[in-house]
Amino acid sequence: MTTFAPRPTGQMAVDPKHQPWVEKYRPKTIDDVSSQEHTVAVLRKALASTNLPHMLFYGPPGTGKTSTILALARQLYGPDLFRARVLELNASDERGISVVREKIKTFARETPRHVGKSSDGKTYPSPPYKLIILDEADSMTQDAQSALRRIMETYSRITRFCLVCNYVTRIIEPLASRCSKFRFRPLAQTSTQARIEMIANNEGVQAEDGVLPLILELAGGDLRKAITYLQTAQRLHGATEPPTPITALSIHEISGVVPDDLITHLLSVMGVDKDQGIDLTLGQGGFEGVRTAVKRVGREGWSAGQVLEQIHDALIPLPTIPALPKSLAAMAIAECDKGLCEGGDEELQLLECCLRIKDAMGKQ
Amino acid sequence: MSLWVDKYRPRSLDELHYHPELSSRLRSLAASGDFPHILFYGPSGAGKKTRIMCTLRELYGPGVEKLRIDQRVFVTPSNRKLDVNVVQSNYHIELTPSDVGMYDRVVIQDILKEIAQTQQVDLNAKQRFKVVIINEADALTRDAQAALRRTMEKYMNNMRLILCANSTSKIIAPIRSRCLLVRVAAPSDDEMTKVLQHVAKKERFSLPSPVTKSILSTSQGNLRKALLVFEAMKMQKPDLSGDIEVAKPDWETYCSKIADSIIQEQSAQRLLDVRGKIYELLSHCIPPTVVLKTISERIVDKVDDALKPQIVHWAAYYELRMRMGSKKIFHLEAFIAKVMTVYKQFNMIGYTEDYE
Repeated sequence: MTTFAPRPTGQMAVDPKHQPWVEKYRPKTIDDVSSQEHTVAVLRKALASTNLPHMLFYGPPGTGKTSTILALARQLYGPDLFRARVLELNASDERGISVVREKIKTFARETPRHVGKSSDGKTYPSPPYKLIILDEADSMTQDAQSALRRIMETYSRITRFCLVCNYVTRIIEPLASRCSKFRFRPLAQTSTQARIEMIANNEGVQAEDGVLPLILELAGGDLRKAITYLQTAQRLHGATEPPTPITALSIHEISGVVPDDLITHLLSVMGVDKDQGIDLTLGQGGFEGVRTAVKRVGREGWSAGQVLEQIHDALIPLPTIPALPKSLAAMAIAECDKGLCEGGDEELQLLECCLRIKDAMGKQ
Repeated sequence: MSLWVDKYRPRSLDELHYHPELSSRLRSLAASGDFPHILFYGPSGAGKKTRIMCTLRELYGPGVEKLRIDQRVFVTPSNRKLDVNVVQSNYHIELTPSDVGMYDRVVIQDILKEIAQTQQVDLNAKQRFKVVIINEADALTRDAQAALRRTMEKYMNNMRLILCANSTSKIIAPIRSRCLLVRVAAPSDDEMTKVLQHVAKKERFSLPSPVTKSILSTSQGNLRKALLVFEAMKMQKPDLSGDIEVAKPDWETYCSKIADSIIQEQSAQRLLDVRGKIYELLSHCIPPTVVLKTISERIVDKVDDALKPQIVHWAAYYELRMRMGSKKIFHLEAFIAKVMTVYKQFNMIGYTEDYE
């Protein structure tokens, strides 16, 4: 049988150079997890006593929920047992009620086998229960979630569940009350900066001054986003001959952020100066001025959602705008956002919103 | 004989006429061997698909242009059969999952897993991965987009995704954070002129500037439309002399007629007439959103400045309701009735109440 080439074995086949950095730098142990001190402290206790409750992790994307539970599972079971003891399901797998009834239930009711020594010589706690990780649990249907309820209780002696989700409100109450909840906060800039710098050093990234803080600022507490930005920028700049340092401009372009002058222009047709507050003389262009500005946004291909977000960030914190116009503007922005989420036409929604803000600015 | 749009579509990154810095970035990405998932977005007719095909050619060589069209059958969990047309070459596969409406998740899951689990067999292929192009990615349901999330990371070895969308607003954040966002802005007027002149030169005739101007004003940054209009004009009057009217599509003239008749008279009888006309448009497959937008734009041009924001407000309001409801005509009618009320009220007492 020498004619058969040896089959490349799973993970080994990945060229580490082409691996996404997000995967490459996933924390190996829970102590590596950035800036979730409270959660990590609780989990470390649980790890020491090898007694785990059912868990519900929730928080915005990129705050380390999946990383934490994977690292925890790895520390509990070690590499050998990981496959046999941990079942990871996410939204890309079929997760209707039938899967809950068959796959999850079958896995949950199996009694875990006794284990010998681990192959890498270390000792792992290997507690006598299995772990089922339901990633992106908020996209499970209500029915599937209710089917889980009894399963969680019946097999709680030999199986622990960990639900991971963005919106805790989408998890039905009976499930949530069976779990101990862990909230993951958006990451603080100081703690993520160390991590990003470490990755940049490891990968030999050259960046201009101020680029790394800019990445963190644009990522808004989402570490995965920050790492992806860094890697994409490195791809763009590392591919040229010779490699050039990463510039702030390319980070702006990658993140899809609308340039400031466009936002300033939009604000000025609405009668707002970016620094001074309301200045109605700027809004002389009237209806046509607003319409041309909005058309320009569409023609240059910016996404209305992003534009809206940046208008909000520029307009609402301005201290010189009186309360009434500001509240009216905030309301217009909120309603426009809802409209966009529900699939409204981008140009119409944005135009309507801008007109309403313009109108609001005139009311004093 | 093919249309000019297809005949003069650039085939490689070097032939592209505008956004040179974007082309060079795409080229260096294709050469680096570390190709990310990409999300192309921009208005229609800006050249997204052209750029995607050029990038693929840069990745795999001319082999990608040998296309074949297959019909694939997918089975939903509820045992319904779905037929989906896919265009594919040896190196890539292109699909429009939003064609199957709410079942797009099944198509995404099946096809991606299939591609992801098969390795490239062609030893001469330049890249180890295949590319999956998903058109109209902003029309994917949330479920389908959620199904993409983990797959994108897990099968990065064998597969790269290229998503093509008009806007990123409707793409969920987790997908956006996993892709390289590439914005393709519509060409500026100068750039459009250059392209038109290039085509004229290839077809061996000269292009008078008034013609260019009228093409530019109708196409509004949509290069595909510009070229189509251009060819139609050339067909109509081969010497392109004198003042040629750019032929407006029938439905557009019809819409402005509707707008005019709304402004002329506001009565129940008129509403009934307009309703008949709108039915006529809808039965000719003009998308209701387009009808509403065209009518409202025309009305806005004709009314008093103080009234314009109101018209836009109601247009946005009823357009949204139309998307959420199922019977389009109700909302179109409601919009027209509302506009009539607002207009009449304004004319009689000189002002209108606030938005509610």
